[in-house]
Amino acid sequence: MTEKISIETFDHLVELAALALSEDEAAYLRRELNHQLDAVNELAAIPLDEDLPLTAHGISYTAATSPAMRKDEWLPGENPEAIIAQVPQTDAGFIIVPDIPHTDLDEPHAA
Amino acid sequence: MQLNDLSAHELTQKLRQREVSAVEILNASLKRIHAVDGRPGSLDAGDITPQDEQTLHAFITLTEDRARQQAEAVDHKLAQGEDPGPLAGVPFTVKDIYCVQGTSSTAASKILANFTAPYTATPVARMEAAGAIMLGKVNLDEFAYGSSTESSAFQPASRNPWDTSRVPGGSSGGSAVSVAAGEAALSIGTDTAGSIRQPAAFCGTVGLKPTYGRVSRYGLIAFGSSLDCPGPIARNITDTAMMLNVISGPDHRDNTAAVLPPENFLEKLEAGVKGMRIGLSPDYFQISIPDPQTGEYHLQALPQEMEARVRQTAALLESLGAVIVDDVPMPNSRYGVSVYFVISRVEAASNLNRFDGVKYGYRTPGKLNDLDKMYRASRGEGFGLQPKLRILMGMYVSAAQFSAQYYQRALKVRAMIRRDFEQAFDKSGKYQVDALLTPTTPTTAFPIGDVYGDSVLMQYADQFTVPANHAGVPAISIPAGFDAHGLPIGVQLLGPDFSEASLLRIGRAYEIATAEEAWRQVKPQVLH
Repeated sequence: MTEKISIETFDHLVELAALALSEDEAAYLRRELNHQLDAVNELAAIPLDEDLPLTAHGISYTAATSPAMRKDEWLPGENPEAIIAQVPQTDAGFIIVPDIPHTDLDEPHAA
Repeated sequence: MQLNDLSAHELTQKLRQREVSAVEILNASLKRIHAVDGRPGSLDAGDITPQDEQTLHAFITLTEDRARQQAEAVDHKLAQGEDPGPLAGVPFTVKDIYCVQGTSSTAASKILANFTAPYTATPVARMEAAGAIMLGKVNLDEFAYGSSTESSAFQPASRNPWDTSRVPGGSSGGSAVSVAAGEAALSIGTDTAGSIRQPAAFCGTVGLKPTYGRVSRYGLIAFGSSLDCPGPIARNITDTAMMLNVISGPDHRDNTAAVLPPENFLEKLEAGVKGMRIGLSPDYFQISIPDPQTGEYHLQALPQEMEARVRQTAALLESLGAVIVDDVPMPNSRYGVSVYFVISRVEAASNLNRFDGVKYGYRTPGKLNDLDKMYRASRGEGFGLQPKLRILMGMYVSAAQFSAQYYQRALKVRAMIRRDFEQAFDKSGKYQVDALLTPTTPTTAFPIGDVYGDSVLMQYADQFTVPANHAGVPAISIPAGFDAHGLPIGVQLLGPDFSEASLLRIGRAYEIATAEEAWRQVKPQVLH
């Protein structure tokens, strides 16, 4: 098995993904990622035509099959009370969350 | 025959003829559920007991009161001489990946275990507007990530009604189980790499992945937005067509729901297959297995029984007047799983970003003074391993320094997979087939615990189904008998864009021709 994803790279991905993992989880996930990359690596050997488009959808949408854009007008949201009722912590219609992280800057900014 | 085992079309007919009421049908469903389902999946399941091992656990949430209100409303409408809808009285289950207003909508994940949906997904709303009775939300792999239902955070996970020591398939395991066991007549699942067709094959039901865009995805908790297709699971083709009639069609809330002329999928259902060209491809008669040590690919022959069943099906269709076209090349289908590892993970990572503990779902109970720590703890505690795996893979293959090598390359190979289908179906091309006939899965249902944990091997269960998701084309799995162990075998038909009517027609011809065969009388083990 190729070791494409090092511990360092893995930790960086976990950082980007906003996850917190236990050691056991991290070990399993890193192993499976590398295992999957072996499967993915067969793509590297496939000869590709130059004119191949990047295909984000199998089906093409035409003007006829695509829905028309709606008017750009404000419509009230449906059932806002039911939506707010799902929020873990609210106060007077506001969503309460912890403060964003703050970092002290070592040096004063240039003007 | 018990009420539960009647087809949806028979039930709705009996209802209209006042032979039975919607409430009686509901009571029959509830009785069957209580007899065979055992305890529903939950977060704090504890150990699996010997009793658990004999029951099916299709459900996460049974919505009995709601169902009773719906059934009474249908009976009331009938009594008033009003039309109760084309699926009136038909009990159905909903894969818990759909938001249904006022119900727990969990995606089988701890991160949504406390979420009550404030709205209803379009396909479910259409079923209810047609008079169908929603029995509840059924189990699935967490966030639809898997091919066995084992990864659900709500345990016990669903079991195969034909042998409860085996998986029902996934991710729409609960859907296939509830229909196969006669708990419901219909279920609405989703198919992203085969998640309707593979459990349908493993459980001996019909499962249809419509063309991408045929059914609105509004209200579906998204996995891979370019791959996800809502679709029906039923015990027969006519029911499948009835359900597709109800759920399909444009939706101003989903701009990928295609605008098409209205179509009645029942209209030409019994027109037969005379003159239809049905292709067989050598590329679907071999299995790609990655070597666990080296990661290299071996191609080996499909198990004899699976190939034989497809060829028997072809021979039968030929005797009914179809033209069988051998050797249709589909050389790029074999890359379907590796392409899927890239594309689906990128889309999944993006779609899971919204689960952060802020507006809904699980928020870490620890009092943290930092929003970033709150995100990490909520996501770390709320997501199971399979979602975490997909998020990390998605981030890796789309990262700036790797994206040309992985993501962009995968999007090009996707074009090649699509092109194989276009060439096979091209009416001015070499093969001009109306449909391809393939096995649905490389094997029949495997034992619980056998594959789970090996994420590569698990994904390879989808190698015959995933190409249709990349290409967007419609595909249906139909039951075609049993293997030597008494486990269901499914065969798959794939067709050009928006050709569901044609696939249903072929399926119906096969169904009629095999109606008297002994295997159609066999009941699942759990019903003995």
